[in-house]
Amino acid sequence: MNVTLKKLKDSFPDSIIETHSYRGDDTAIVKKEHIVKICEFLRDDGDLLYNFMMDLTAVDYLGREPRFEVVYHFYSLKHNRRVRIKAPVPESNCTIDSIVSLWIGADWFEREVYDLYGIVFKGHPNLKRILLYEGFEGHPLRKDYPVKERQPLIGPKN
Amino acid sequence: MLLTQLDAIVDWGRKYSFFLYPFVTACCGMEFMSVAGPRYDLDRFGAALPRFSPRQADLLMVVGTISHKQAPILVKVYNQMTEPKWVFSFGVCATSGGFYDNYATVQGIDTLIPVDVYVPGCPPRPEMVIDGLLKLQEKVAKEKWSDWPRGEALVSKKGR
Repeated sequence: MNVTLKKLKDSFPDSIIETHSYRGDDTAIVKKEHIVKICEFLRDDGDLLYNFMMDLTAVDYLGREPRFEVVYHFYSLKHNRRVRIKAPVPESNCTIDSIVSLWIGADWFEREVYDLYGIVFKGHPNLKRILLYEGFEGHPLRKDYPVKERQPLIGPKN
Repeated sequence: MLLTQLDAIVDWGRKYSFFLYPFVTACCGMEFMSVAGPRYDLDRFGAALPRFSPRQADLLMVVGTISHKQAPILVKVYNQMTEPKWVFSFGVCATSGGFYDNYATVQGIDTLIPVDVYVPGCPPRPEMVIDGLLKLQEKVAKEKWSDWPRGEALVSKKGR
């Protein structure tokens, strides 16, 4: 019934870990090694045409293996459809391929995920911290970063 | 007797001719534009002309959230301003960090530079900003010749 999920499962049978759909929200969990190919397929295929990358974030499931999950939201301007792609990333091998080659706009989103979670994007042209200053230690949005920890660059700690 | 008259005249001149440096980083900038616009006019109080060079400005309005990355820049701008100079903390993010009680935001610019007026609000109504400016004018009217110069911001001397 869902065109997107069906086409994805037909074209990449061994890359898709799981799909589910809830009230019109399609989600596919894919292996992180194949993310660039899958995103390219989503963007270029005639029936899908997901040409608008809406969001790129990550989630930290502390205690679960793999620990992180990079979440992509795509929107098709022509067909008015949305899809969510999730790629689990383990803590031991905290890297994933960058999709900047497909959408230049993903540049800053990936820098933000690197800054706050520590997930390294291979192939990113300029992977450095975007919100926090250069010498900041740690990645604040990880669940094991203390909530109240403060690292001011200058000035007192409060 | 003569010196107090001189103080009064000089303070009168200073308070009715602020040259603003709007150090705008975030959403409060919208309210700043609105208060400088034609409806809620800052020009009526003499604070009309923004000067985007710290050497030429005397009222540093810190408008919006200051992150830790931005903090040294703010201190540098403050140090480069020539005396006499005043600091106007516009909005809750500049006053106390606002609702960003987190790893990336300075919890109040008075940890970095000395502030004269705090205007809370997220964002403050233009009337509140004008009230803050009037209070600053009252403060300037009471200054004495010996108040200036004060020197650079303490945070840059001590380090962290």
